Amino acid sequence: MHFGLSEEQEMIVSTVRSFVEKEIYPHEAEVERTGIVPHELGLRIKQKCIDLGFYACNFPEEVGGAGLSHMDFTLVERELGRGSMALTHFFGRPQNILMACEGEQREKYLLPAVRGDRMDALAMTEPDAGSDVRGMKCQAVRSGGDWVVNGSKHFISGAEHADFFIVFIATGVDETPKGPKKRITCFLVDRGHPGFEVRDGYNSVSHKGYKNCILTFDDCRLPDAQVLGQVDGGFEVMNEWLYATRLTVAAFCVGRARRCFDYAVEYAAERKQFGQAIAKFQGVSFQVADMITEIDAADWLTLAGAWRLDQGLPANREIASAKLHASEMLARVTDTTLQIFGGMGLMDDFPIERFWRDARVERIWDGTSEIQRHIISRELFRPLGA
Amino acid sequence: MKVLVPVKRVIDYNVKVRVKADGSGVDLANVKMSMNPFDEIAVEEAIRLKEAGKATEVVAVSIGVKQNQETLRTALAMGADRAILVVAADDVHTDIEPLAVAKILAAIVKEEEPGLVLAGKQAIDNDMNATGQMLSALLGWSQGTFASEVDIDGDNAKVTREVDGGLQTITVKMPTIITVDLRLNEPRYASLPNIMKAKRKPLDEKTPGDYGVDVTPRLTVVKTEEPAARAAGIKVGSVDELVAKLKEAGAV
Ligand SMILES: Cc1cc2nc3c(=O)[nH]c(=O)nc-3n(C[C@H](O)[C@H](O)[C@H](O)COP(=O)(O)OP(=O)(O)OC[C@H]3O[C@@H](n4cnc5c(N)ncnc54)[C@H](O)[C@@H]3O)c2cc1C
Ligand SMILES: Cc1cc2nc3c(=O)[nH]c(=O)nc-3n(C[C@H](O)[C@H](O)[C@H](O)COP(=O)(O)OP(=O)(O)OC[C@H]3O[C@@H](n4cnc5c(N)ncnc54)[C@H](O)[C@@H]3O)c2cc1C
Repeated sequence: MHFGLSEEQEMIVSTVRSFVEKEIYPHEAEVERTGIVPHELGLRIKQKCIDLGFYACNFPEEVGGAGLSHMDFTLVERELGRGSMALTHFFGRPQNILMACEGEQREKYLLPAVRGDRMDALAMTEPDAGSDVRGMKCQAVRSGGDWVVNGSKHFISGAEHADFFIVFIATGVDETPKGPKKRITCFLVDRGHPGFEVRDGYNSVSHKGYKNCILTFDDCRLPDAQVLGQVDGGFEVMNEWLYATRLTVAAFCVGRARRCFDYAVEYAAERKQFGQAIAKFQGVSFQVADMITEIDAADWLTLAGAWRLDQGLPANREIASAKLHASEMLARVTDTTLQIFGGMGLMDDFPIERFWRDARVERIWDGTSEIQRHIISRELFRPLGA
Repeated sequence: MKVLVPVKRVIDYNVKVRVKADGSGVDLANVKMSMNPFDEIAVEEAIRLKEAGKATEVVAVSIGVKQNQETLRTALAMGADRAILVVAADDVHTDIEPLAVAKILAAIVKEEEPGLVLAGKQAIDNDMNATGQMLSALLGWSQGTFASEVDIDGDNAKVTREVDGGLQTITVKMPTIITVDLRLNEPRYASLPNIMKAKRKPLDEKTPGDYGVDVTPRLTVVKTEEPAARAAGIKVGSVDELVAKLKEAGAV
């Protein structure tokens, strides 16, 4: 057992930390106020990240990435978690699922995404299909050798800046003893493709400036060349590539919690009531003690999940636990910090109210807390036939 | 031309320093340590000279505890070519005094024969502002201190110095020692490929004995104390109020 970071990892952490502090923090208040990342600013962050060799660092070297291990990449995500998600979006980490690209898809999607020439977004969720992905209604039917797609997706992050979309669409139904089961296929769809439209979505209180959009397909014709992986193989590519993204949510939560925690400690040490620092009251100091204990626990759970992936060990349950615990921990840490700040915690003079709002979505996206518990318990009980 | 850059490991500038209970100094146990910011500027300048084709090799040197290796790796990740670590203490609280550091650097300069030493103007921990000047005296080399602009041209270096009341430009003969000020440049982040390469770059480990230098302290620290807390300020609502308050305080 060895709990320390290597020298390289220390340097990765300190480089990303100072990048976030110097290139992201100064713009956060404006993005929060306007709900917009100015185009120029996004491009500037992206270019700096490309110059530093960090862009798409989650991809292997043979396709132009940095070939970071899951552990290294989780450390990067953890540091990025400190900063505004609307801005760190430009510290590009394209979807790993693009590694499933084959033939011409590599030139058209994978390699430009890794270079930062084209940005991607991933679309699964629909108004009537959230946790129940397979319940999706967006469907593609065969027509003259192509696919004709109708339906819509919502809550799609990063769509505003995306040049192309990785979209999961139903391509048929199997009759099974348990009832009908949809077959799902993953497609690559270019922005501007006829019959495909990207529309403004809803306003979320979490992560202002990191917008979600609605995608609509109206007799949108796609050839087989746009299929990522195999026809009807959507769940295979999803299972191979997507469960690791939950780890990035966990890492985000740990990084964000640490930033928030620093505010809590500093404020508790400086704020005086009843003639002394409020940190002197156990009612406050014990909450601080509980916070750091939870943050450390979530951190180790997350890093252990990354370590398991690097070792090639089964990690599905462990990653679900990390996502579940880290996101719920962040909710408590941001809420407690706000409490320690008293009335000032609610005011936008400090970023605490923002951390508190941002934290709320972490228990919902990439699988709600309930779905994580479902994954965890299923792994425990399935072998027992229960 | 080879450029030698001494780098010191100091308490990170973001850390709120705390005086040890016995007043013997600042508590350094379990606090974040980083490269002295002025040294980072010196490393950056050296790398820029190399990129501009004016330097051929950048050698970083650090004198202190074994952990200074991390500071040197940072210099290597920024783009220095190799590093020399002189382990002169076991305890992170031991500060090697400027004269001892300058003597070790002088010995390294004789061995390495650089055409230029680029150092920080001072270390942010004890603000001695002495090492570069002492090194210049020990070697009999010219020096340009507090540089905000450096222009190396063959046998001469034009150094713009930040002095009280303005800028002073001097020309010094090479080889020379230049100590750098805040505005000289903005140090780069280590790039990811360079971070990965840093481990493979050579890092030699030495001791003061290898250079025949005795690092026993000459100075005695009598007492270290926190600066007195500043009285809280007030907020004023308008320029008129500000002027009135200043008049009240006899400031205008
Ligand atoms: C801001 C934002 C950005 C998003 N970005 C994307 C994106 O880029 N791409 C994308 O595809 N999706 C995205 N999503 C969608 C996100 O993944 C879904 O919101 C999430 O999966 C939950 O689905 P839902 O909102 O439809 O909730 P529902 O699935 O309707 O769930 C409602 C409630 O029922 C509970 N529930 C549902 N099923 C079960 C069960 N079997 N057992 C117990 N409880 C259950 C849930 O836990 C939840 O509490 C985003 C969402 C948000 C809010
Ligand atoms: C939107 C809003 C509207 C308001 N409107 C009014 C108004 O109309 N009129 C008015 O007079 N006030 C008003 N208030 C002030 C409100 O009553 C105070 O915010 C509240 O009393 C807490 O004080 P504080 O914010 O200074 O927090 P602090 O008193 O500084 O508390 C900070 C933290 O320390 C904790 N703490 C403090 N002392 C102790 C202790 N002895 N033991 C354990 N923990 C302790 C607190 O519980 C809190 O977690 C308003 C506040 C808000 C946010």
